[in-house]
Amino acid sequence: MTAARDTIPVADGRRARRSFGSVAAERTIEAAIRLSGISAIVFVLAIFFFIFREAAPVLVSDEFKPLEFLFSIQWYPTSVVDVRYGTLALTAGTAGVTILAMLLAVPFGLGAAVFVSEFCGPRMKETLKIVIELLAAIPSVVWGFVALTVISRLMVQYTSAPVGVNMLNGSIVLALMSVPIIVSIGEDALKAVPDSYREAAVAMGATRLQLVFRVLLPAARNGLLAAVLLGVGRAVGETMAVLMATGHAVQIPHGILDSVRTLTANIAAELGEAPAGSAHYRVLFLTGIQLFLITFAVNLAADLAIRGVRRK
Amino acid sequence: MHQPTQPDTAARRAGGAPFSQTDFGRHKIRREAVARAVFLAMTLLMVAPLVAIVTHLVVEAWPALSLEFLLDVPRERMTAGGIWPAFVGTIYLVVISLAVAAPIGVLAAVYLNEYAKDSWFNRVINLAVINLAGVPSIVHALFGLGAFVYAARFGFSVIAASLTLAIMTLPVIIASTREALSAVPMSFREACWNVGATRWQTIRGVVLPNSTSGILTGIILQVSRAAGETAPVMFTGAVLYKAVERGSLLPYYLDDQCMALSMHLYVLTTQVPNLAQSIPYATAVVLLGSVLIVNAGAIGLRVWLRNRKRW
Repeated sequence: MTAARDTIPVADGRRARRSFGSVAAERTIEAAIRLSGISAIVFVLAIFFFIFREAAPVLVSDEFKPLEFLFSIQWYPTSVVDVRYGTLALTAGTAGVTILAMLLAVPFGLGAAVFVSEFCGPRMKETLKIVIELLAAIPSVVWGFVALTVISRLMVQYTSAPVGVNMLNGSIVLALMSVPIIVSIGEDALKAVPDSYREAAVAMGATRLQLVFRVLLPAARNGLLAAVLLGVGRAVGETMAVLMATGHAVQIPHGILDSVRTLTANIAAELGEAPAGSAHYRVLFLTGIQLFLITFAVNLAADLAIRGVRRK
Repeated sequence: MHQPTQPDTAARRAGGAPFSQTDFGRHKIRREAVARAVFLAMTLLMVAPLVAIVTHLVVEAWPALSLEFLLDVPRERMTAGGIWPAFVGTIYLVVISLAVAAPIGVLAAVYLNEYAKDSWFNRVINLAVINLAGVPSIVHALFGLGAFVYAARFGFSVIAASLTLAIMTLPVIIASTREALSAVPMSFREACWNVGATRWQTIRGVVLPNSTSGILTGIILQVSRAAGETAPVMFTGAVLYKAVERGSLLPYYLDDQCMALSMHLYVLTTQVPNLAQSIPYATAVVLLGSVLIVNAGAIGLRVWLRNRKRW
């Protein structure tokens, strides 16, 4: 390392100076590092700013009523006589699909996390973790394709659903997509429980089952909560798979076999048809802000939960 | 033969020898085996879909899969021919987006891991990274449309779509790079500082060379993520169809619109009528196959490096 040698004191007691170029290069790269360091903040603010910029004009127009936007189930953006922008049915669709997906994914995800962390040998653990990582890598459009071709056929065959694309279909796909996150974060949380807890429990004669339910799950509570929340975040934000899997009816679902439409799918389905600058286009950006705020809250909660673990 | 009398213990009643299992112990073991089986079943139920999906897709796609399918352009309103323009378009998007995101992401991670002190400002940065990673892909699409397509006047183009993808992959690159950097032991840095190296000299001479592989693994994993995303490119630069020469390697300019494999799969499944079933299946197999191969490569690299690690 020539650069480091330059700073070693020389015989007459003066320090050798590094060349001007070397110092300038270091200054430049450190400036670049600092600039990149704040890039995340810049981009988050930029996302909010540019989406809000597109949405803002509609807020002051008289076509738009904030209460109707939040609490009306009437979404008729292209109606000629009576345009309505009510997103309640879309929010309900997102909530319904997410809750159902979590009912499926959380037990299996946490069960698998417990198995990977506590019940299997090191070789099997490695293998399972790789499989989980690959499962997480499947693109959402491929999941959507599977939902449309395979799951919807099974759905018509084995349930009374008139069409195969519905809330249950979307939830199954979302569950499969969010399980890898729940497993890997949940496994991290279980791994973070100190071994002394396990040893103490085993020394008291606890079975492995008691160890899991009475010691590990309570001790890793926060981390497991974070795992579930990150799963929720993924499910709320997922677009292509739910677009292809849930059908296209804008309605409050009455059963799990009803078609629904989510906030994300609604943007993806209508953005291409809304002329740029129209009220419809701006309202779609407004639902984007809505989604941004929802996922922000979920991720913040997950981060606080994880931070709680670290402090312990 | 005279049998020595033994105390009539539970152990003796249960099986004879003094150290054999009691009823309670056997019950305990059986229950544990059941629990293990239940948890194993839950895990397998989660793993099974991967195997089932891949097998099903490959079986259905088999009639259409060939090198010709990859190299040919779509013909007869996409009901025949291949996927070349979409495949090469995806390569464009992935390469450009990572060329933008990787340097920024790595430098940001260097800042967070090597320079940042634990101040409120840096906690805000961390929060921003976490939040950026959680932004839904369709919100990234809205941002790309508002910022790059309209505000920056790039129009619907390869560059607008790539930049949108770059911002989407950035937070994950930051996170994985940080992990790689923090795996370098602190003593390495201290040794370097002690011979008079500055902070940057230490980073360049010691920290980065010792974490290159981990950083690369994280970036490679984002290749597959960028290739698979549909929503962010659908509204910023990817189009339904674009005429491209068969097998042409450089068909697009930066301000052209392009096709993308993920979007092509979506279009084939939802908007092209009277399609031979094997064509969308083959497209899905090419997309899923490339993603899984790239990821398996990254995982392989990681395992190989972990075994070679010297500290």
